[in-house]
Amino acid sequence: MAVVTLTIDDKPVSARAGESVLAAAREAGIRIPTLCHLDGVSEAAACRLCLVQVEGRGRLQAACVTETAEGMIVRTQTDTLREYRRMILELLFTEGNHVCAVCVANGNCELQSLAAEQGMDHVRYPYLNPARTVDVSHKQYAIDHNRCILCTRCVRTCDEIEGAHTWDVAGRGTLSHIVADMGQPWGDSVTCTSCGKCVQACPTGALFRQGSTVAEMTRDREKLADLVTARRDKKWTV
Amino acid sequence: MKRIIIDPVTRIEGHAKISLFVGADGQIADARFHVVEFRGFERFCVGRPFGEMPSLTARVCGICPVSHLLCSAKTGDAILGVRPPVAAVKLRRAMNLGQILQSHALSFFHLSSPDLLLGFDSDPAKRNVFGVIQSHPDLARAGIRLRQYGQDVIERLGGRKIHPAWAVPGGVREAASEETCRELLDRLPEAQATVQTALGFIKQYLDAHPDEVAVFGNHPSLYMALVRPADHGWEHHDGVLRITDHTGKVVADDIDPADYRTHIAEEVERDSYLKSPYYRPLGFPGGAYRVGPLARLNVCSTIGTPLADAELVEFRQRAGGVANSAFLYHLARAIEMLACTEWLERHLTDPDIRSSRHRAEAGVNNLEAVGCSEAPRGTLFHHYTVDEHGLLTSVNLIIATGQNNLPMNRTITQIAQHYIRDTATIPEGFLNRVEHGIRCYDPCLSCSTHAYGQMPLHVQLIGADGGVIAEAKR
Repeated sequence: MAVVTLTIDDKPVSARAGESVLAAAREAGIRIPTLCHLDGVSEAAACRLCLVQVEGRGRLQAACVTETAEGMIVRTQTDTLREYRRMILELLFTEGNHVCAVCVANGNCELQSLAAEQGMDHVRYPYLNPARTVDVSHKQYAIDHNRCILCTRCVRTCDEIEGAHTWDVAGRGTLSHIVADMGQPWGDSVTCTSCGKCVQACPTGALFRQGSTVAEMTRDREKLADLVTARRDKKWTV
Repeated sequence: MKRIIIDPVTRIEGHAKISLFVGADGQIADARFHVVEFRGFERFCVGRPFGEMPSLTARVCGICPVSHLLCSAKTGDAILGVRPPVAAVKLRRAMNLGQILQSHALSFFHLSSPDLLLGFDSDPAKRNVFGVIQSHPDLARAGIRLRQYGQDVIERLGGRKIHPAWAVPGGVREAASEETCRELLDRLPEAQATVQTALGFIKQYLDAHPDEVAVFGNHPSLYMALVRPADHGWEHHDGVLRITDHTGKVVADDIDPADYRTHIAEEVERDSYLKSPYYRPLGFPGGAYRVGPLARLNVCSTIGTPLADAELVEFRQRAGGVANSAFLYHLARAIEMLACTEWLERHLTDPDIRSSRHRAEAGVNNLEAVGCSEAPRGTLFHHYTVDEHGLLTSVNLIIATGQNNLPMNRTITQIAQHYIRDTATIPEGFLNRVEHGIRCYDPCLSCSTHAYGQMPLHVQLIGADGGVIAEAKR
């Protein structure tokens, strides 16, 4: 297996050829904030929180989809990056309707904890206050589009782990939204197996169990990666 | 017509102003209480899942979030079509008692006692809770601790003092531990002693100040409150509605709260964001009724605990039967605080509240539901309709303070007419008495506790042409 050596935040790091900067950094114990990344599914590079600076490259790079290379010099914590990450979080908050105080995911929300971690004490941009809907037509689960940040974790989980591909993204720009099948109510979806993996994948309170009240929505996301590993390693006999 | 404006009204929960209208004869013709803040809960909750409502409506207010939490959870029970487990009912009752206790303590010790202890005409700069701390340090400290105790009941049961997300449609999320019950029981005697002190003080004050009882909102009205179905005793969480008149005659009885619209209608007035409900058969505004501590003590047959029942007998003797003076709200609140401590003791020693069966689960089984409970300030209604999946299609909230709106106007008119004879020069203390008329009802206009005592009092005399004739600022 070919190995490359690179420097991340002045620390010499070795990585497998083809491995992403994000994976290499994590293995070396260097934390890069992410939202759309989910262990066990492919990368979407949608949230842009994992932006890093790579010496010699003019643009900022998303660490989750940037391959490591020999001699690469990466910086994950600079003032520019911190400012961009905060800006990204602020824009996510202005784009949807995120009301932590009454949210099912309060206290268990990746968006919320990242905002706190990145020091987002206020939002500098005007809120869009979009009119979005809540779909509670499914028997066990519900989707509140107000809290969706379009990370597409649910889309990838449903497609790649469950193999159902119930979820997808429709629309353009700020009108983009998650749809079940061809846009019908979730409860009417013919492909949904009601497995609930998408609910486990969601970083915010957008997907939740029916009847959950404030702060009741806890998740066990490691299960998704466990499923993938178990399947790959043929831990089950079929 | 001249108009005198008190804006903002201080030492109440929320933001409001008072207009005093001066007639051609130079006397006060009318007084109006305007709530100048707009909240919009009934509109923006539409489209949300009903399960969110307990926490969503609890955000109406930081003083009585528990009242909305419980009332909304009860409405949710009805949408699910379930009867919550007995542990849940008793736990909710215990939390409501903590809520009533802390709110009443706040009303008396923090907001109203400065007027009574320091005097209506005392220096406005000192006429606040800090002034009371200086002049009556022991009483102030005990009062603050009493409120803290009520808050701690809420926190120990629900996880936090303000906005606990604990009551849910179907029951509650967690039972009480043995340790919680023991700790709360240990501190109960101190709380009860403080209530007794407050009771003694209020009674002494009433004996020495018959004038206030006679003119602070002493007028006939109807009274409405929940009562226990079996014996029509004092009730704060479940039960049926009873309406009595100023002579004590029962006007309507055993009303299922779900039928509230048969008996209550709401009027919207142009000069206030507060709706004015009235008793439908008597029309508007003749059907004005009062809710809250005074009403609860007027309509109930008994409280059901020994100490509070003894006080209830004395209360009725003092009032000469039915208590029609708003000033007696203070005494009614103190008696209710005593009742809360006695009932709390019963609930906290009841092993039922430690049961692990405290949440019933079901889907959407009813598309319309009404929940009703007694908030510290009076009867609270939540009325929801939902679609087949449980998304709200309409919300109606009838808040205690709204139901006291018409009587509050009448109360401040009475006080203003009694004290303000010369509208050219009005002593500040007289305007403070008008404000106190509002404080008697302990209105909660929304969610904010203002920095009491620091807010300016702005009085304007406005002529018929709208021009300001005279102006005074505190």
